[in-house]
Amino acid sequence: MMPGAEPSPDFLELTRDHALALLRSMIRMRRFEEKCAELYGSGKIRGFLHLYIGEEAIAAGVMPLLTGDDAVVSTYREHGHALARGVPMGPVMAEMFGKVEGCSRGRGGSMHLFDVSRRFYGGNAIVAGGIPIALGLALADRMQSKRHVTACLFGDGAVAEGEFHESMNLAALWKLPVLFLCENNQYAMGTALERHQAQLNLATKAQSYKMEVERVDAMDVLAVEAATRRGVEYVRGGGGPWFIEFVTYRFRAHSAYDPELYRTKEEVKQWKKRDPIALFESLLQERGLAGGDDVATLERETDEEIAAAIIFAETGTLESVSDLSKHVYAEGAR
Amino acid sequence: MNTNEAVSARKTTYREAVRAALREALQKDERVFLMGEDVGKYGGSYACSLGLLEEFGPERVRDTPLSEAAFVGAGIGAAIAGMRPIVEIMTVNFSLLALDQILNNAATLRHMSGGQVGVPLVIRMATGAGRQVAAQHSHSLENYYAHIPGVKVLAPATLEDARGMLWTALQDPDPVILFEHATLYGVEGELPAEAGAVPIDRAAVRRSGKDVTLIAYGGTMAKALDAARMLGEQQIDAEVIDLRTLRPLDEATLLASVAKTRRAVVVDEGWKTGSLAAEVCTRIVEKGFYDLDAPLARVCTEEVPIPYAKHLEEAALPQPSKIVDAVLGLVGPRG
Repeated sequence: MMPGAEPSPDFLELTRDHALALLRSMIRMRRFEEKCAELYGSGKIRGFLHLYIGEEAIAAGVMPLLTGDDAVVSTYREHGHALARGVPMGPVMAEMFGKVEGCSRGRGGSMHLFDVSRRFYGGNAIVAGGIPIALGLALADRMQSKRHVTACLFGDGAVAEGEFHESMNLAALWKLPVLFLCENNQYAMGTALERHQAQLNLATKAQSYKMEVERVDAMDVLAVEAATRRGVEYVRGGGGPWFIEFVTYRFRAHSAYDPELYRTKEEVKQWKKRDPIALFESLLQERGLAGGDDVATLERETDEEIAAAIIFAETGTLESVSDLSKHVYAEGAR
Repeated sequence: MNTNEAVSARKTTYREAVRAALREALQKDERVFLMGEDVGKYGGSYACSLGLLEEFGPERVRDTPLSEAAFVGAGIGAAIAGMRPIVEIMTVNFSLLALDQILNNAATLRHMSGGQVGVPLVIRMATGAGRQVAAQHSHSLENYYAHIPGVKVLAPATLEDARGMLWTALQDPDPVILFEHATLYGVEGELPAEAGAVPIDRAAVRRSGKDVTLIAYGGTMAKALDAARMLGEQQIDAEVIDLRTLRPLDEATLLASVAKTRRAVVVDEGWKTGSLAAEVCTRIVEKGFYDLDAPLARVCTEEVPIPYAKHLEEAALPQPSKIVDAVLGLVGPRG
């Protein structure tokens, strides 16, 4: 399934500053992860490494529309989510290096980036496991009369899980202020959507729970942004949950261990023609909003930031083994 | 309230003690709310929350769909965001549907986030056999939960603990799981009118003795006390320890008792293999081996799914007579 390439309705409102901000955000995620893959190859990063490359338009379009008081619940493919949410790159990189300066003190790694000061409630590595938590964050906000939105990200694989269906029902039943963001990258690890779902339109699943839904071409950052704006407004306004299916594609392997036996190079090539960054760059060029120099500048600045993040991570410290059992219970408790 | 009322003990039940604890929590802390299956209109499947919906309203006493993973997970999220949820899982049998949330999230988030995310959540559930409800409704899986670092596990066996453990659990910054044995709800007893919070970090000596230590918890505690009385008739003076807290275990109380009696029998309604009883025995052997005059013994549930027929169910479960036999095997008959 290839999503259409129609320009989003917000297309004409685009200013240069705004366009460059979106582009910068996507380039930051892309180049950061390309560097992570390199560092994985050289053994600096270990464990699992799930790259977001190809899906950046989602985080770039969604995160700026949330306020600092809104909450985010994410998945194990969350480097881009964390960066776009504002978690500084140094602590994200240090986390992957297993350093105490990491955003989870080196206890979490790539799949468990946390930053409570930004209400970024992690990287959850059990598929669909974070969705019920999002319900609770939203419930607590509402019970405390706070008009916050909880953005809950998950993939197409999650819709096969019981926790997804239980949560859709409960969120709709209790009209909880959750913005459900399904990143449908066409594969549950190596199992193609049509091999794990009878109903390929995932938004209809949420619709069957009486939820407002939308289905969006997520290779178009402006379409992502426009849909998210509608969703955030609805949820913040007290209408209850809102569900967006972002149709996207993962360009890289599932993780560093994946030999990609389950898809053809041709399929990947076809999708790469709709690379969200390249698409957006040509749109900006076409509209005269930005050119090659701008892109080069963004790339240079990003590379500087990445270099600094690597130095931060490299020079970070390894936590003392004597502190191993810390953070299992609250300080002072057993 | 006049002074006489305040100090007088009154007759009540375990169920009413649980309800009084819930009510007090809802009254004293506006962050507290109760959610679970049939906790509201039905009044709780064991009637523990009868009347609370009417008193506190549907925002704070929430009936949920039969979605254990979703509502336990929602409890976790709400706890993270500043509330103090009490989540009731109808029984331990259904808690397996929420085990992912308990193990992978509630118990893990603090550590995985480098100390940033605390989950001050209380989960209550009924546990145990003895009511002829057959294999799928009779599990004792306290040991599954006591295995998990990051949670605390309590087993109130007395009215006082049913009344007092909840409030202390709610003050804890980490997830606490309370197991209420289903046969205890109807137990009658006296509770001081001013009964309130109790500590949740230590075992209790329920009967003092010098010849053998019986270690039990939850549903087997009363059986251990019965056995101790029967042993007393044979001039064997048994000490009974109620573990109360299954994680972390109060080793000091166990070891002090065994150092005195030099013999111990652990009574546990879980299956013997991989049981909490096995853990208790190991702790005693690791640190109190040279205090022992006899091998340790265990009285656990037979390794079968719990059968329906009354005589078979009774045969499967720990009983006072089995405890007595186990003790006689260690000390030999007296008198």
